[in-house]
Amino acid sequence: MNQQIKNSTEQVPSEVMSPSSDMETFIKVINFNFFYGKKQTLFNINFAIPTKHVTSFIGPSGSGKSTLLRNFNRMNELLPGVRHEGDIAIDGKSIFDASIEIIALRRRIGMVFQKSNPFPRSIYENVVFPLRIMGRNKRSLLNETVERSLRSVALWDEVKDRLHENALGLSGGQMQRLCIARAISSQPEILLMDEPCSALDPIATAKIEELIVELKKEFTIVIVTHSMQQASRVSDLTAFFNFGKLIEFDHTHRIFTAPIEKQTEDYITGRFG
Amino acid sequence: MSVPAFIPQNRYRPRRDYFRSLCWIAAVMIILLLGFIIDEIFTRALPAIHHYGWHFLTSSEWRPNRDLYGVLPMLFGTAVSSFLALLLALPLGLAVALFLSENFLPRPMRQLMRMIVEMLAATPSVVYGLWGIFTLVPLVQHYGGIVAHHWGWIPFLHGPAYGNSLFTASLVLALMVLPTITAISRAALVAIPDTFREGAYALGATRWETIIRVLLPYAAPGIVAASILAFGRAMGETMAVAMLIGNSQRLTLSLFSPSNTLSALLANQFSEAEGLQINALMYAALILIMLTLGTNIIGELVLRRTQKALGGGHCL
Repeated sequence: MNQQIKNSTEQVPSEVMSPSSDMETFIKVINFNFFYGKKQTLFNINFAIPTKHVTSFIGPSGSGKSTLLRNFNRMNELLPGVRHEGDIAIDGKSIFDASIEIIALRRRIGMVFQKSNPFPRSIYENVVFPLRIMGRNKRSLLNETVERSLRSVALWDEVKDRLHENALGLSGGQMQRLCIARAISSQPEILLMDEPCSALDPIATAKIEELIVELKKEFTIVIVTHSMQQASRVSDLTAFFNFGKLIEFDHTHRIFTAPIEKQTEDYITGRFG
Repeated sequence: MSVPAFIPQNRYRPRRDYFRSLCWIAAVMIILLLGFIIDEIFTRALPAIHHYGWHFLTSSEWRPNRDLYGVLPMLFGTAVSSFLALLLALPLGLAVALFLSENFLPRPMRQLMRMIVEMLAATPSVVYGLWGIFTLVPLVQHYGGIVAHHWGWIPFLHGPAYGNSLFTASLVLALMVLPTITAISRAALVAIPDTFREGAYALGATRWETIIRVLLPYAAPGIVAASILAFGRAMGETMAVAMLIGNSQRLTLSLFSPSNTLSALLANQFSEAEGLQINALMYAALILIMLTLGTNIIGELVLRRTQKALGGGHCL
């Protein structure tokens, strides 16, 4: 098994899909297979996600894009009966390495879910949750973090007078922005977004999209989306998945204007999916 | 406007109404039954209510031979034994609920464990009583004696320690309310959408942090409701308590002394009561039913508010 990975790592350069050499790789997926029970859901994925850009995953339901995303912070391991082959490296280090602590890994990676999930506590406590669990309770640090994080998601002005009110009193779009603020409050390096706008109205969606473009200055962002318009609006690179395989990975404008694969073209022109 | 021919006539309507009235009758009968029970107890308690008034609640004399009746010792015994039972059962019940709601065990094992806990609820009260007589009474007598010897200066712990005591009854009550606490707390925990667990884990929380900082606060109203309902159940519990508490009509503050509860008093005395004693016991029964009804109503209200909170509002 170990031998296998080593071998595969050696052959990587020729196989890894990387759209341009001037972008610095941050997440590297190497010969990655994923199994849910006996069912294989990802097939031999190889590609490299660049640092401080927005990469979007598109593809029909069940194409494996969310599954891959949830492997980056090893969230899939909460499910019973899953296993993987191959490797994922972040910043040059395998995330499956025995020396990696899963808790530490997740603290380096923020995640935003399809359904906003603020905890039933105050706005303030939601934002500082990651700091509290790291044992950082200094009032000045917490206050600073709350203001910085809420400003980055353009929520500060809307909620600064009611920071200690229950977060569940916010609107849907505000809650999702709060969840983004919470995900970035401990200053992770990567921000994973799993269909973050699918439950939001167009205005709230537009706000979050603006935010994504803004946040890529600081974070490497990977976003799973069902909306091709969204992918084309916010992302620099787009990966198209189908039936658990990575079909095409390229600059977003190229995917949407001159896809190489027939499947990609069919999908983006709405012939299926 | 004529109705298009292909829409079938609603032929089932009369039959459905019939069933509906049947259900209505059943529902009304339950309310009537409860009303009837309370009315009957109240009528029979009336002479004692006239005779003793509120003094009944504050007097600690229970002397049938002189027709002196006061239930303060039993009120005290009921409150303390139920409260102590809750205090003992809550941490344990909550731990079991967490164990059965989170993924500590594979699902089939969890189901099995859950069934075993629920079987505790199905065990007849008298069996708990018998088990208590043979197991708990000697234990409490022995260890209670040691505790009273060393820490007797602490209020509630002074000796001499008896086996049939307030503490023994509390122990067995704790066991008996454990399934109530576990079942309702577990339901509250299971009702928390997985997105909240995922959210906490994705932020790098450990399972412990997820439980303490996210799940328990979320389930808190359900846990409170579980506690209130368990308290109500402990107050009304009769047989096992009557077998273990020692049935002393004297007001003593020590946990290791024989005591009494309202329900145990009724069970022990009713068969041989006559005259005003019957009315006094009915008065005690009226107090008991008011206490348990009140507790259960509060518990149900809290529970309903929880379910409302969990049902809506969180999902966009």
